[in-house]
Amino acid sequence: MSLLVPDSGLLFWMLIAFGAVFFVLAKFGFPMITKMLNERKGYIDESLEKARQATERLAKVESEIAQMKKEAHAEQSKLLAQAQEMRAQMIEKSKADAAVEGQKMIEAARKEIAAEKESAIRDIRRQVALLSVQISEKVLRKDLEESKEQMALIDRMLDEINDNK
Amino acid sequence: MTRLKMTLFAIAAMLSLLFSSPLSAQEAENVEAVAAEQEGPDISGMIFGHILDSYEWHFTDIGDTKIVLYLPCIVKSETTGWHVFSSSHLYHPEGAVYEGFQIAESGSNEGKIIEVATGERPLDISITKNALALLINSLILICIFLYCARWYKGKTAQDAAPKGFVGAIESMVGWVYDDIIVANIPQNANRYAPYLLTAFFFIFLNNLIGLIPGSANITGNIAITFFLATCTFLMINLFGNKHYWLDIFNPHVPWWLKPIMIPIEILGMFTKPVALMIRLFANIMAGHTAMLALFSMIFITASMGAILNGSMTVLAVLFTIFMNALELLVAFIQAYVFTMLSAIFIGLSQPVVHESEA
Repeated sequence: MSLLVPDSGLLFWMLIAFGAVFFVLAKFGFPMITKMLNERKGYIDESLEKARQATERLAKVESEIAQMKKEAHAEQSKLLAQAQEMRAQMIEKSKADAAVEGQKMIEAARKEIAAEKESAIRDIRRQVALLSVQISEKVLRKDLEESKEQMALIDRMLDEINDNK
Repeated sequence: MTRLKMTLFAIAAMLSLLFSSPLSAQEAENVEAVAAEQEGPDISGMIFGHILDSYEWHFTDIGDTKIVLYLPCIVKSETTGWHVFSSSHLYHPEGAVYEGFQIAESGSNEGKIIEVATGERPLDISITKNALALLINSLILICIFLYCARWYKGKTAQDAAPKGFVGAIESMVGWVYDDIIVANIPQNANRYAPYLLTAFFFIFLNNLIGLIPGSANITGNIAITFFLATCTFLMINLFGNKHYWLDIFNPHVPWWLKPIMIPIEILGMFTKPVALMIRLFANIMAGHTAMLALFSMIFITASMGAILNGSMTVLAVLFTIFMNALELLVAFIQAYVFTMLSAIFIGLSQPVVHESEA
């Protein structure tokens, strides 16, 4: 059989064989596989897209968390600063209060001391008066000896002294 | 412009692949000539017996016993009508004429059934060795894909991808579909996918089975490649759009080049499928020839002494192993190239012209 001349009989069988293969595979073979491949490709693409979205969302959430942390931090330091300030104010105020109070106490003490002094002086004065009266009595007793009136005076005076005691 | 470049590239690729076939037909003929000069075994007859089609499937000889499968001959004579008989009658040692038919010994119909009375070829649709192998291989191909397709029943995209054999077939289908078909015919991939996938797996399977010793040389037969190339030719030209025909009959060249370019373009319509036909045929045929010729060195040198024969045997076996490995590669590459170029030509016949360019 010639090498380079297509044989009509074989062509006929080729037509039948290839036709049958083509018909069966094109109808039941390849569409199954290519359809599944396309579907799986779509599914993978979709999953990748979902994963990408999830990652994006996660990144967003993370940045939100970071933002919140930052805000909280700022808030915290603000609060701390406020507390610091407040403490300083309080110390300042209590110092001032203490000073005022101390002043008051000193004032009161001073007043008391003054009053005490006054009363002491008054006491001393009274003692001095009494002493001077007693001295005067002693001086007077010498003059009023033996007389009734003198006696009466003396009694009265003694009473007075006793009363005053 | 890019289209022109792509065409040129495709033609260049085509030519380079055509000329880079493992062994050309000429070398095969040289082997034959050398073999014919030697006394001893009929190497040329053996090689052509393997490469060419025949009415019997001759596997081997064990001693004097022929292990052969005689195939049915189906012929229709102009005068005597249909005849169906076993080819064993035609290969009978005494009297090879049966029902008025015989196998021509010489002439243009050598090796084919002719009518004894007229010497003409009858209408011959005998199930020859190639035809039977073709039918068997087609059945195998159908079984493989129906088996694979069955896996997909009741499966959804959410299910895990198949493993094992189905997975291997799926990945090959996916590769052909994505990298050959969609890559070259993005505008109309699904319309041509069944044909191109069938062509790829048909050629690939037949190439591989052809490498099994004792099997038929199907894709190395010009009738088969002629048929496949004709299919591609029809696919290209039946569905080519107006830009494709415009490129052929009114190419974008200066007016004085048109008388040259138009015949070239028309010729190009036919050279593309012819190149596809010759490339596949020549590659497979030459590969088989080279393997057989290298292996025949053992028998050629049998009468030349033990040392020469022994060393040539070692060499021949090594060479044949190498050629076999190479042919495995070629089996895949030729299936790939045929499908790839078919896809490129089909893609080029339906250019997507944007409004701005048109």
